[in-house]
Amino acid sequence: MDMSQYLDIFIEETKEHLQSLNQSLLQLEKNPEDRSVLNEIFRVAHTLKGMSGTMGFNKMSALTHDMENVLHALRNDEIKISTSLVDVLFKCLDALEGYNAKITETGSEGSDDNRELIDALADILKTKATGGQPAEISNEQPASPSASTVSAATADSEMPETLPLDQYETNIINKAAEMGNDTLQITVKLNKGCVLKSARAFIIFKTLERHSEIIKSEPKVQDIEDEKFDFEFTLIVLTKVDETSLKKDLNAIAEVDEVIIKKIKSRNTAAPKASTVAEVKREEAVAAEDEKAVAPAAVPAAEKHEAAAARKTKTGKTVRVDIDRLDVLLNLVSELIIQKTRLEGLEGIERTQQYTEVIEYLERITTNLHDAVMKVRMVPVETVFNRFPRMIRDISRELGKEVELEMSGEETELDRTVIDEIGDPLIHLLRNSCDHGIESIEERRRLGKPECGKIVLKAYQDGNNVVIEVGDDGQGINLEKVKKKAIERGLVTKEMADNLTKKDILDFLFRPSCSTAEKITDISGRGVGLDVVKTKIEALGGTVEVETELGKGSRFFVRLPLTLAIIQALLVMVGEEKYAIQISSVHKITNITPEDIKMVQKQEVILYRDTVVPIVRLDKVLEVPRTNEQQDKTLTLVIVKKGDRLTGFVVDKILGQQEIVQKSLGKFLSGIKIITSATILGDGNVALILDVNALAN
Amino acid sequence: MGDNTVADAKKYLVFRLGKEEFGIEISKITTIIEKDMNIARVPKQPKFLKGVINLRGEIVPVISLRLRFGYPDDVYNEDTRIVIIKLDDVSVGLIVDSVAEVVELNEDTTESISNITGEHTMDYLTGVGKANGRIVTLLNLEKIVSLDASAI
Repeated sequence: MDMSQYLDIFIEETKEHLQSLNQSLLQLEKNPEDRSVLNEIFRVAHTLKGMSGTMGFNKMSALTHDMENVLHALRNDEIKISTSLVDVLFKCLDALEGYNAKITETGSEGSDDNRELIDALADILKTKATGGQPAEISNEQPASPSASTVSAATADSEMPETLPLDQYETNIINKAAEMGNDTLQITVKLNKGCVLKSARAFIIFKTLERHSEIIKSEPKVQDIEDEKFDFEFTLIVLTKVDETSLKKDLNAIAEVDEVIIKKIKSRNTAAPKASTVAEVKREEAVAAEDEKAVAPAAVPAAEKHEAAAARKTKTGKTVRVDIDRLDVLLNLVSELIIQKTRLEGLEGIERTQQYTEVIEYLERITTNLHDAVMKVRMVPVETVFNRFPRMIRDISRELGKEVELEMSGEETELDRTVIDEIGDPLIHLLRNSCDHGIESIEERRRLGKPECGKIVLKAYQDGNNVVIEVGDDGQGINLEKVKKKAIERGLVTKEMADNLTKKDILDFLFRPSCSTAEKITDISGRGVGLDVVKTKIEALGGTVEVETELGKGSRFFVRLPLTLAIIQALLVMVGEEKYAIQISSVHKITNITPEDIKMVQKQEVILYRDTVVPIVRLDKVLEVPRTNEQQDKTLTLVIVKKGDRLTGFVVDKILGQQEIVQKSLGKFLSGIKIITSATILGDGNVALILDVNALAN
Repeated sequence: MGDNTVADAKKYLVFRLGKEEFGIEISKITTIIEKDMNIARVPKQPKFLKGVINLRGEIVPVISLRLRFGYPDDVYNEDTRIVIIKLDDVSVGLIVDSVAEVVELNEDTTESISNITGEHTMDYLTGVGKANGRIVTLLNLEKIVSLDASAI
């Protein structure tokens, strides 16, 4: 059966399931007694096993199967939760993610068996107390006593021992009894001369399945198939058929020496709580599917449960849409806006009232359309945030510190292109907080701080921006150290250093190779981090700032624009060429005379409202060919504001304000610092969009 | 040294720069357009990278093959064409004086460049083809499009 058409769905759903497993496992680590989380984990693992089995990914299926065994043992209290157990399970999740990644790349799981993990899981199972008597049953099964051996019908000394049943097998039997089924324990003894034991067993199974359902076998089905048994095996079946007729059917099979059937009475449990009934139903569904061939039916059923169980904020229907289709949609809307702008600017058209009305209406529609499409591209930051708790857990274990991550505002939405890029910078900021911010446990104790350090990750909307805050209650940033490092690196002289404001000093942190960490760890300290963070965020059109208090902690603020591709721009002429500057950066447009320009340390500046503002001659920086060297009486200056800093750009002419669509320059040219992108003007020509931040430096 | 042999029959677009005729594999060509638009200059680029154009809403960089090979600059006229090629998902336009025709070449009709001397270095040539009385210098597109000017 060709499963390749399901490959995309499989990959996406596996990703989601693994994400859910990560979260649940973290929860379980915090609350080891939480049964519902454990069952959730079991259920998702079971679903994954089914999915991967159906798709033919046997290694994934095998690993998940072994995980299931461990989870099953946990559920029956046969083994206890420990940090090392959780570690192994996390490693299994990583291995599964590895398989999924390999499948995404190549369509197959690859050759890694993850032998060590399988062995580790087997080792955990070995620690099970032999005898199989489950210990304390959780408080969700209030009335059932600890021993779950079920009462035998007759006390025949020749009767084989009743197989021990675990909690949910007992529940299944009870449920079956409610539906009018009998539970029988059937022991089959094969003739000692039987050669093909597994084939014979197969026939017996088939015969039984005609009228009944096998819910347990001893030894396990796999072992019977592998002939890992002597000459007898025992099954527990549910059936409505009379036991004598079953006995007759079985005895009719060749090489069957003896058939012993024992009736098993259902346990009478007290009225269970509503939650346990739901649990039993779910477990039943799981167990029933366990014995049948694993079918894709497990996937939609499990999914419905998952959707109901997960407290997602989205109610109502959702549709999965290919990202490429969204991009096509946005492209078309962009083209529409460009043509609309052209229409507005056309010469030689009589602008009657009707014409103006139509144009205005068109303007409203395109704006609404643009907004709607951009909304479709908006994704909640949760998709980025959700891998952070696990990451923080791993990092804090690695560093031997205790760190807790508090997140809020995950439902805040960002454009999907921003979402894709914002992950790395945030990871770096979080790692920094763990590594340099939060102190060691002893240090915190000494300072009277709670041993567990706290990192706060917040996302919220602020006007036309989304703000993401990364804050910690660690040691804060030592401004003196930063100043010293800056002087060391020659970024500033000692005299100038004394005149620096707190903000100036903090700015140094974002310069390349300016780390004040004493040691370089695997995680950070090499001094290449914060400047890359800043570059990446600024490439997205955002800003990053930091607030800090020595001894108390630091907070990083990442500010990102809500919408990306369509911006309001100021069009200018430099020489014969047109350029665009983002309006939001523009502070003021003014005219100056050549006499107004003064020199300070070889830098041209002017005095603007009592501030010294450096001048940048765009024709020089952009190497614009000059047709005539005219000395203009007045120069047009565009003053741009970045943070607190002003810079003046000399242009030849201001053309006006226009809404433009940002178009990528393509891989070929994307390395240019002073140009961010390009736009297509109303006349079809291309104008480059200037990166004023880069030009100002 | 790159692959300098041309095996099997392949189709080439023949175009002219000055008096010489060159050929590039048509499998890499997306479209050929007239030069009826302005080329927006991009600062701080090698001289042969003339700038970018608007190709049906997509921004495409444009290279002057004349300047790339060290010939005198382009003089645009009604024969000038921009050949849009696509390598690895990246589109680039090549300015040529004029385009002629498409010829089919195979091992018999191609010679390796070791027989040819001249100012051209070996890097951006894959061979010389003979067809319909023309002598066509076959170009290595990857080498031409790379921004490293020293490759020539």
